[in-house]
Amino acid sequence: MSESAPHRAEPDGEAASSVAAIESRPRPFRTALFDSDLLHAFLRSKLTVLAAVVTLVIFVAAAFAPWIAPHDPSDLASLSLLDSLTPPAWVNGGSTTYLLGTDDQGRDMLSAILYGTRISLAVGLASVALAAFIGITLGLIAGYVRGPIDSFIMRVADVQLTFPAILIALLIDGTARALFPSLTREESAFYVLTLSIGLSFWVQYARTVRGSTLVEANKEYVLAAKLIGLPTFVILLRHILPNIMGPVLVIATINLALAIITEATLSFLGVGVPPTEPSLGTLIRIGQDFLFSGEWWITMFPGAMLAVLVLAVNLLGDWLRDALNPRLR
Amino acid sequence: MTDTIDHDEAVAARAADPAAASETLVTVEHLSRTFDVSPPWLDRALEGMKRQIVHAVSDVSFTIERGETFALVGESGSGKSTIAKVVVGLMPAKGGSIVIDGVTMGEGSSRDVRALRRRMQMIFQDPYASLNPRMRVDKILAEPIRAFGLMSGRNRRARVAELLEAVGLHPRDGRKYPHEFSGGQRQRICIARALASNPAFLVCDEPTSALDVSVQAQILNLMKDLQDELGLTYLFISHNLAVVRHMANRIGVLYLGRLAEVAPSEALFSTPRHPYTKMLLDALPDVEMSGRARTPVTGEIPNPIDPPTGCAFHPRCPLADTRCRAERPELAPAPDTPANLVACHAVEEGRDRQAA
Repeated sequence: MSESAPHRAEPDGEAASSVAAIESRPRPFRTALFDSDLLHAFLRSKLTVLAAVVTLVIFVAAAFAPWIAPHDPSDLASLSLLDSLTPPAWVNGGSTTYLLGTDDQGRDMLSAILYGTRISLAVGLASVALAAFIGITLGLIAGYVRGPIDSFIMRVADVQLTFPAILIALLIDGTARALFPSLTREESAFYVLTLSIGLSFWVQYARTVRGSTLVEANKEYVLAAKLIGLPTFVILLRHILPNIMGPVLVIATINLALAIITEATLSFLGVGVPPTEPSLGTLIRIGQDFLFSGEWWITMFPGAMLAVLVLAVNLLGDWLRDALNPRLR
Repeated sequence: MTDTIDHDEAVAARAADPAAASETLVTVEHLSRTFDVSPPWLDRALEGMKRQIVHAVSDVSFTIERGETFALVGESGSGKSTIAKVVVGLMPAKGGSIVIDGVTMGEGSSRDVRALRRRMQMIFQDPYASLNPRMRVDKILAEPIRAFGLMSGRNRRARVAELLEAVGLHPRDGRKYPHEFSGGQRQRICIARALASNPAFLVCDEPTSALDVSVQAQILNLMKDLQDELGLTYLFISHNLAVVRHMANRIGVLYLGRLAEVAPSEALFSTPRHPYTKMLLDALPDVEMSGRARTPVTGEIPNPIDPPTGCAFHPRCPLADTRCRAERPELAPAPDTPANLVACHAVEEGRDRQAA
């Protein structure tokens, strides 16, 4: 979402320059999904543009961390204990080699944050994708088939809501360890986190999708599709799904921020990724031990990064929710 | 339209067989449909609530000849749309049978049913809800052609263009999305979609009631022209008597899920027999200001969960007597005007003529 937003300006800018071109040329796919109203609303809100830029910068920095980061925090050979607990460059005793200082192992904080953001975002995106997939599938089935299947799915969802993500994460983590004792933390952490966050977030998608499906399934275009004998899954995927994606996109954006926070929480509590390959949450936890002994930078910078990322993604989600709601325009 | 193979075949078939002109295409017998609106099981078990069944359609029988327009009229809640949905197979019937073109709905092989689906389409009431807003018009029109495996590639595209022209739109309009059209244009697209699979029988569920009055006539005339050109058979559902008078050969008047009167269009408007039909016609605006005496429409359609005993119309009927309250009348030719099939004790006994 946030990545493609700034690019959308180009095709529309072109089209506007020549009215005749609009008449004859088929509308590009992107204007079909996000008509120009949405683009205008986007450009009008400076805060949203800022949030989009910040999100984009963080996404790019995380994606290209191995090329951007000055050091490789996982390369043990490059670490020197002599450099441990170096303060940031602008503080007395800091060095320009380590712009944001180092932690107790002598790891460069800037590099660790870039790599950590990468893990946090990967877990966030993967778990949102998993939650959306489960939630949309179950929501579509519940809303379209109705009857006992609907009741069953929605009661399961209700029960699911009573378990916090952390409890599910602990459960899955424990099960994974019992089932695959040979698995190391490094190998399993990503999947355990994705699975547990994904499994605790699907309910919201399922409920929203079910509600929208109930509405759409009674519209006459769905009846027309039934009338020509299309199989149910074609009706669901081709006709209903594209018409209920608006609210799903909003939830997905806001959930991304939530998933990143949940990942950080789990890692902070020690269920998440291990300190050898730290995510933002793990970095905050490591740094916490040093907070009162004066080495504030180890926990503050990852914390600030987390806060900025979550804030930017949340702002985007809020804006999207308002922009897609015609009653709020 | 004319260069379509299927269409030419249909025309040729009709020309070769003159008897086909009066052949029955649709036979509906003793059709009934109920809806269960009971409170949830738990409420029933705990609070002793009763099951509640709505009899939306009860014991409705009619036939439609090939090439004619049969209209069903009635107030809201009379079961018009339910009949439409049951006839096209969007909803199963609770009782009775529907035979279309020799195939009984709900029976027969899946191949027969599939072939029947192709020959039978529906035009919906709300042109704003009946087109998928995320699909281009040409995809919407191509979908039935593809679903029935009729044509592919270039032929299909040519057919879509032809359909658009047939309903008075430009082939280039196929590249647009539904929201770029007005209500009337959308209804034209809906008609084009219904025609895409070369159907013989179209069920039209209030096709103009959501449109501007100025556009209604255009759509109705388009439907009439297409009927003449393609030999279509319509089941036309409406609450608008003026529209029905313009379109229909024969008319069935529904009251509370039952047919009150079935008559040829002229007969229904010139000599209405059932007291309910008379009441409906009296409610039409009198443009000629003839000053004729009118019986105003009184009362409302009763709750179909708890329909009146005997004749369903008796609480509103000026001619009702004890027999009407106890015994349900059957559809039968009226004594003086046998073209009208009327379900009314008063008409059968001649009481309506004495009163008049």
